[in-house]
Amino acid sequence: MFVLSGSAGELAVTHGMKKAGAPDHLRIKQLISFLGRAFCSPWFWVGVPLMALSFYLLMVLLSWEPISLVIPASALSYVVGTLGAKYILKEEVNGVRWAGVLLVCVGVAIVAAG
Amino acid sequence: MSHERRLRLKTLVMVFVMMVCATTGDSLLKRGMSQIGPVSLNHAGLLQAFRLAMTSGTIWFAILFLIGFMLSNMTVLSWADYSYVMPASAIGYAAVTFVGMALLGETVSPRRWIGVALICFGVFLVGQTKPSTSAVAEALP
Repeated sequence: MFVLSGSAGELAVTHGMKKAGAPDHLRIKQLISFLGRAFCSPWFWVGVPLMALSFYLLMVLLSWEPISLVIPASALSYVVGTLGAKYILKEEVNGVRWAGVLLVCVGVAIVAAG
Repeated sequence: MSHERRLRLKTLVMVFVMMVCATTGDSLLKRGMSQIGPVSLNHAGLLQAFRLAMTSGTIWFAILFLIGFMLSNMTVLSWADYSYVMPASAIGYAAVTFVGMALLGETVSPRRWIGVALICFGVFLVGQTKPSTSAVAEALP
């Protein structure tokens, strides 16, 4: 639930940002205009409560299980997020990107385990 | 410069900004909360912690950097794939390790080095793919 709500929130925000449209240049005026569009996106406001729920669930999990188990397990969000990006956002995830995501997932789990 | 090369460079610059903002923000937050000390989980304790946090310059700087992280993340996701940005930003774990070792003289365990090496190689592989493969998903409104 913690991983799913966090990934769902981030996917919703990503979709909102794509709908808002990228700024043509990284200049202050265009960035402010982009952020105005982004904060008006309903998908942004779908994503934020889901990410807040994920944070709340993380706190609950930490009260049940040791941090050395919970934080490495959260590395699964790299895989769940990539699956969501592929099947919901229709991103092309080729073999090289999958290999990279899996290595990052295992690496983060090892680093987070301390 | 070709369009794809420009896109890749723009994405990498934004991921770098994200990484710097997140790492600096987290470090400042940790330092600020350490200055406040342990928080008692009762009404009076939480109010006291909130009051101390809101008057701490370190915590305000941390909040500023974390807002910078959020805004740069939102901006890069407006053109780049989520499945590209999310793993690429994990390079922050490696950065924290190198900074901890070089500046703070922390000892890094061999197990952590293995994790950092896997992250670096994983980010290198993700970096070989196209930063943007999808227009706005048509399936969703």
